[in-house]
Amino acid sequence: MGRITLEGVTKRFGDVEVIPPLNLDIEDGEFVVFVGPSGCGKSTLLRLIAGLEDVSAGRILIDGTDATEASPAKRGLAMVFQSYALYPHMSVRKNIAFPLKMAGMDKAEQDRRIAAAANALNLTDYLDRRPGQLSGGQRQRVAIGRAIVREPSAFLFDEPLSNLDAALRVGMRLEISELHTRLRTTMIYVTHDQVEAMTLADKIVVLHAGRIEQVGSPLDLYMRPRNVFVAGFIGSPKMNLFTGEAAAEYGARTIGVRPEHIAISTEGGTWKGRVGVSEHLGSDSFFYVEDTGLAETVTVRADGEIGLHHGDEVWLTPSEDKVHKFDDGGDLIE
Amino acid sequence: MARAVTRNTRIGWTIVAWAVALVIFFPILYTIITSFKSEQEAIAGFDLIPSLTLESYQTVQTQNNYFRPFMNSVILAVGSTLLALIVAIPAAWAMAFSPTRHTKNILMWMLSTKMMPAVAVLVPIYLIFLRFGLMDTRIGLTVLLMLINLPIVVWMLYTYFREIPGEILEAARMDGASLRDEILYILTPMAVPGIASTMLLNVILAWNEAFWTIQLTTTSAAPLSAFIASFSSPQGLFWAKLSAASTMAIAPILILGWFSQKQLVRGLTFGAVK
Repeated sequence: MGRITLEGVTKRFGDVEVIPPLNLDIEDGEFVVFVGPSGCGKSTLLRLIAGLEDVSAGRILIDGTDATEASPAKRGLAMVFQSYALYPHMSVRKNIAFPLKMAGMDKAEQDRRIAAAANALNLTDYLDRRPGQLSGGQRQRVAIGRAIVREPSAFLFDEPLSNLDAALRVGMRLEISELHTRLRTTMIYVTHDQVEAMTLADKIVVLHAGRIEQVGSPLDLYMRPRNVFVAGFIGSPKMNLFTGEAAAEYGARTIGVRPEHIAISTEGGTWKGRVGVSEHLGSDSFFYVEDTGLAETVTVRADGEIGLHHGDEVWLTPSEDKVHKFDDGGDLIE
Repeated sequence: MARAVTRNTRIGWTIVAWAVALVIFFPILYTIITSFKSEQEAIAGFDLIPSLTLESYQTVQTQNNYFRPFMNSVILAVGSTLLALIVAIPAAWAMAFSPTRHTKNILMWMLSTKMMPAVAVLVPIYLIFLRFGLMDTRIGLTVLLMLINLPIVVWMLYTYFREIPGEILEAARMDGASLRDEILYILTPMAVPGIASTMLLNVILAWNEAFWTIQLTTTSAAPLSAFIASFSSPQGLFWAKLSAASTMAIAPILILGWFSQKQLVRGLTFGAVK
């Protein structure tokens, strides 16, 4: 079981309130991703759940029991850190065994679990090495191994892939995803990388200045951002946001259109501009259109075979039903 | 960036360096030379070539058994160091990983006690020793030496501990380690190089301590530093015997220092260069 409930959880450092009262429900077996720009409080929130930081106000319930005052060791959660945080003076085997040793488990059971974890994570050949002799990806696997042997009620991941290079990151992302499918244990994952968030999550929690901006499935957030912040944050390249006359025509303060929802043509359309930088990725092309009078540049995603170049005059046309309208407060106009 | 150094400059500076080293080492060298002279030679004047007699060593040994003060030195140095570590490891842990607004002030205050002249507290400590029957006892002196060196031990350990990433200790906490487990299984083994050089330095400081050992001992707890001093007073000055006693007193620590110099330098510069 791994149902985690936050009730009015607040964190203050001195006079600074980094997390204003916050409520959140995490269901058993869910993969929840906390995402947001750096300094938004996502790591702090994870550390509050872990018990590594004390809550200033509010309650944390784990499987219905109040764990607000419980020590990290007593919460039954396991954590994987960005820096791996392996014990450098212990072999891989001892690293993985450490939580079991602390739990006072008998040796035979320890060995059985270590063997199972090592097998699942391709670490069997490395059990007698020290962390210093392993690559970044292997170290992260050891950290995951150390987390899974305990069979915790939930896993907490604090930007676990940030220290890996791009290719490894994709591989480890898949491994974590498979791990979740196999174990069906609650996972809370902190990242600033929205690709990780979109691909891994059952549920994304977008945080901004300690506040929850929106909670929902990846597609839900992408298709129906509830406010300007989420609209601008989720999606890569970013959603185009326009204010002024163009927005006023839609009766809104701000409008947002995703790059793939703008048609580009040389013949005619709604907004006129000139191609600035263009990026040809093969399957897709991205055009950064200037001099539209809407924003500094407008990003447009088009077919990979379209042949437009720097300085070409173009017309842009948004898909009317895909235009997101936001009011003065930045909230979505339904 | 490497700079071009001519051969002559290099030879010149090498000679200067050796000359400076010789000047620094000369008093010790002359003490060793004098210890191998007869008493007449020693008093006769400056002479670098001794007659290589072991006469002084024999006299020193028969007059005042070397073994007892040597054992006292070992017990005081090692005992006070172990005691200091037991107190200082938790203290340094608290300061490094759970600092408060006052941590820096406490550290400075601890260090400031080292700036106070020892003689300023001689009378109160003398009276405490007298009142509690600690005069000329190993236990009294061990505790006193531990307290005297404690600020340095805490400071050094604090510096080493700060180099250990807090996330590793947090990982241990998540893995179910209690505070005791965390210090015992994670922090201490990781800080071994730092702890070792702290131990070494403290052993050397305690071994060389002369002020308190001379003031607070007579015979039964007197370590080697007091042993040397005992040759300088009663029957006048005997240079050769004094030198022999000094050589015997500094030899163990000099040998220890020589073999552990690499460790000591590594420990003392730990964290200074990344």
